[in-house]
Parts: sequence; C-alpha cells; structure tokens
Amino acid sequence: MIAHALFFYFFSIIAIVSAIFVIVSRNTVHAVFFLILDFISIACLFIMIGAEFLGMMMLIVYVGAVAVLFLFVVMLMNVTEQKLSWFRGTKKTGHIPVGLIIGTVILLELIVIVGGWKYRDSFAETEFLSFNSEFTNTHMIGNVMYTDFIHLFQISGIILLLAMIGAIVLTYRKREGVKTQSYIKQISREREDSVQLKDVEFDKGVKLDD
Amino acid sequence: METFLQIYNETYKILLLLVPILVSVALIVWFDRRVWGFVQKRKGPNVVGPFGLFQTLADALKYIFKEIIIPASANKIVFILAPIITMTLALSAWAVIPLSDKMVISDINVGILYIFAISSLSVYGIIMGGWASNSKYPFLGAIRSAAQMVSYEVSIGIIIINVLLCVGSLNLKDIVMAQQNLWFVVPLFPMFVVFFISALAETNRPPFDLPEAEAELVAGYQTEYSGMMYAMFWLGEYANILLLCALGSILFLGGWLSPVDIYPLNAIPGIFWMIFKILILFFMFALIKAIVPRYRYDQLMRLGWKIFLPFSLIYVVLTASFLVYFDLLPK
Repeated sequence: MIAHALFFYFFSIIAIVSAIFVIVSRNTVHAVFFLILDFISIACLFIMIGAEFLGMMMLIVYVGAVAVLFLFVVMLMNVTEQKLSWFRGTKKTGHIPVGLIIGTVILLELIVIVGGWKYRDSFAETEFLSFNSEFTNTHMIGNVMYTDFIHLFQISGIILLLAMIGAIVLTYRKREGVKTQSYIKQISREREDSVQLKDVEFDKGVKLDD
Repeated sequence: METFLQIYNETYKILLLLVPILVSVALIVWFDRRVWGFVQKRKGPNVVGPFGLFQTLADALKYIFKEIIIPASANKIVFILAPIITMTLALSAWAVIPLSDKMVISDINVGILYIFAISSLSVYGIIMGGWASNSKYPFLGAIRSAAQMVSYEVSIGIIIINVLLCVGSLNLKDIVMAQQNLWFVVPLFPMFVVFFISALAETNRPPFDLPEAEAELVAGYQTEYSGMMYAMFWLGEYANILLLCALGSILFLGGWLSPVDIYPLNAIPGIFWMIFKILILFFMFALIKAIVPRYRYDQLMRLGWKIFLPFSLIYVVLTASFLVYFDLLPK
C-alpha cells in the first residue's frame, strides 16, 4: 500500500511539474518533450488505478501518434527559441488578453463540470451497466462501447472523419506544372522498351534513332 | 523484508532476461553481417575468434574506448538522452514477451498493446537524436523516420487487430495458446507478409532504411554520434529487430509451441522453439538486407498508406465476417 502511494505521488508530481514546464520552457521543442512526459505519467496513473487499456491507448494514440506530429510541426516551423520579451515588458503583444479570456472560459467550464458531478446523484445513465469482475476492463469497455453507446461512438467517428476531410480541403492546393511519376508506367516497363543491344563498329560510334 | 525479497527476485529475473538479450544482440549482429557476406559471395567477419564470433565484442570494445564527441552547437541534454531512450525502450518491451509458457517477467492483460505502445515510443529516440544534433543530415533523417514509423505503425496495428479477432484476448500467452491447433500464419498468411514488410519499415531495416540512407544522408540521425553513444543506438536498433521477430513468431508462428504436437517434438522445451522461430525470422531480415535495393521515399509512403492500409482493413472485414458467419468468434 505504501509503495502504491509512493508511486502515485511520484507520477503525479512528474505530471504536474512537466505540465508547468510545458508552459514555462522557452524552447518550443522542449515544451513538446515535457508534454510527452506529461502524457506518459498520466498513462502511468491510469495503469495504477487498474485502467490498463486506457493507459496503453493514451501511450499509443497521444504519445505515439499525436505528439510525434506535434513535434514534427514545431521542428519544421523553426520556432525553437521563443522570445519572452512580453514577459519583461519590452514589447506589447496581443496574445495575453486572448489567452486570458480562453483560460477563464476553460476554468468556468471546469467549475461547472465539477459542480454538476458533485451535486447530482447520477451524472449519466450508468445504472444499467453491470460490472462483472470476471472480465478485464478491455472487455468491459468493448461491451459498453459497441452495444449501449454505439450511436455516440459512430457519431464521434463521423465527426473525426469530417474534421479530417475539412483539414484536407483547407490545405489542398492544385498546383500547375508539377511533374509526377506514374507508377503504372514505371512498373510495367519491360526490358525490351528500354534496352537496345547494338554491335558497334570500331572507331565509328553508334547513332541511336530518336 | 518480504518486499526486499520480492525486489531481489524481480531484479534477478530481469537480469536473467536482459543479459542473454544483450549477448544475443551481439551474436545476431555477427550473424547478420555473415549472412550479408555469404549472399554477396564474400566471407564476412571471420577473423576474431572461431568463425569471427567475437567480432562484435571487438567492435564493442572499440566503441567503448572511443571518445564521445558532442557537437558544440548541439542541444546537450537531448543529445545525450536520445541513445539512452532508444536502448531503454528497446529493452523494456521484452518484459512482456513470453519465451515459453512459464518464462515471462510480467504477464499483463494488455501485453500486445504494451509492446505496440513501446514500439511507437521508440521513434522519439530517433527524432531527439536528429533534432539535438543541430545539423542538416541528422535532422532530415529524423523527419523521414518520424513519418515512416508513424505510417507503418498504422498498418501493424490493423494487422494485430486481425490476430486479436481470432484470439479474443490481448494477453500474449492467450495469443500463443489460441494457436495450438493451427498457427495463424495459415489462415492469415497475407497478413503475415504485410506484417513482415511493415516490421522492416518499423525497424528502419533495408529496403526501408531511409532514415540512415548512407547514399543520401551520410548516416541519417546517427551522423553526429560517436563512441558508446553510437553503439547504444546500434544496440537499441538490433534489440528492436529481435523484438519484432519475437512478436512475429508469437502472433503468427505459434510462439513456443512445437510445429506438430507429436512426441519427440513436443518434448523439446518451448524456449528452444521460440528462439528457433525468432532466428528464422531474423534470417529472413538478414537476407532481405542483402538482396533488395532501397526504396524511394514516395514509394515507401505509397506502399504504407495506399496498399498496406486498405489491404489490411479489407482483411479485417473479411476475417470478422468469416468468424461471425461460421460462428467461430472466441467467447
């Protein structure tokens, strides 16, 4: 039990400290690394409460895919050293008011959620879910997600698909004059089409017909 | 006192797994170079020790005594962390691999997800190394490998779903025990082929070794590394290759099970079969390194996204429909 508590505090301290460092660190790439560390320690906390499926999914989806693309973008944008000039009061920027407004909205929303959780008996209709300790939590999640909540599951899938198509539509530009390779042509090229053997007379050279 | 005993026991078990793995990585490097040599009608390393067996040991000694050079403009902490992360991740994934029905350090419910998660993390070693070197070639190599590994993870994930549909459990032991009557390589043979090729791409082996393509990028993300740090990248890479061979043999070739369940064969301990299958898969890895030319980058991406992904998705639908129609779904 003591070991459990020790590990819990270990991971939560890492999570909180790295979350702070995501905001504080000047180097954006370092910020992303701290974000990854945060994700990993959250995944460890998930595993510690026995939700090993969620923890692994956190690692696979967030750390293995999302954060890689994040890192990719940050590295390619080349914004490694961010100037903290606004912090020292040397330069005015418009980021702070916007950030403050968004931060306040998120804080208010969190308060609403926590309040709703505390002062209502049942937050969602979960009474009909039967918990069976024989099954692992992977089984249980699958059971619930693909039977009772199938419509919500499918709707969220469609929303993600729409977001993906939207992103492609926004960024897709048809460019003129781009040379592309035709794979069919490359694969179906035979030796006879491209190689010619000629007997070359000495000191005469060869003239190719083209 | 009891806790200490438990910790002692666990450490003992971990050492008993890790030390043989590190030794076998050294031997497997020798084997790889030897196969490579024989395919090309060369001898390969054959001077140090009997059949050149100690060649890797000599190389390791050389790396240890070489100076570690950290470039002046490199990001030092990340630069040092990168090889450490690569090697740690490659070794920690071995914790859940069952070498026989009793030999496994941690028999967790979501073993296959754990391996998948760890192997998706291993891209960070490469990205960090490439970025922290603060130089053109390593950076290009890191960017290439990030895109490559993310793409091929998708198809490996869907291949794993195929196997899981037939097993009904995420536990690696259950996956092996489900193959007692029929190895999954028979009903899922196309998936085995796709898995093998994706494993090549995932471990940056030729013909998909674009992150370290020496003709284009010097040595890719390893360009600025020297001495022991380079050797650690190298060890991690080969430990990863062994890991994917082990995963392939667990998912498709029946893990520690003997090919047929008759007397002289099933009397052989399971670990022998497991090692044998890993070696066979690695032999194929080594052969492919010697005989296949490197892919172009757009070909690699096309193969991953436009061929493997749709194909394995279709196969998921086929497997699922087959299992439902004949009422074979695992309970």
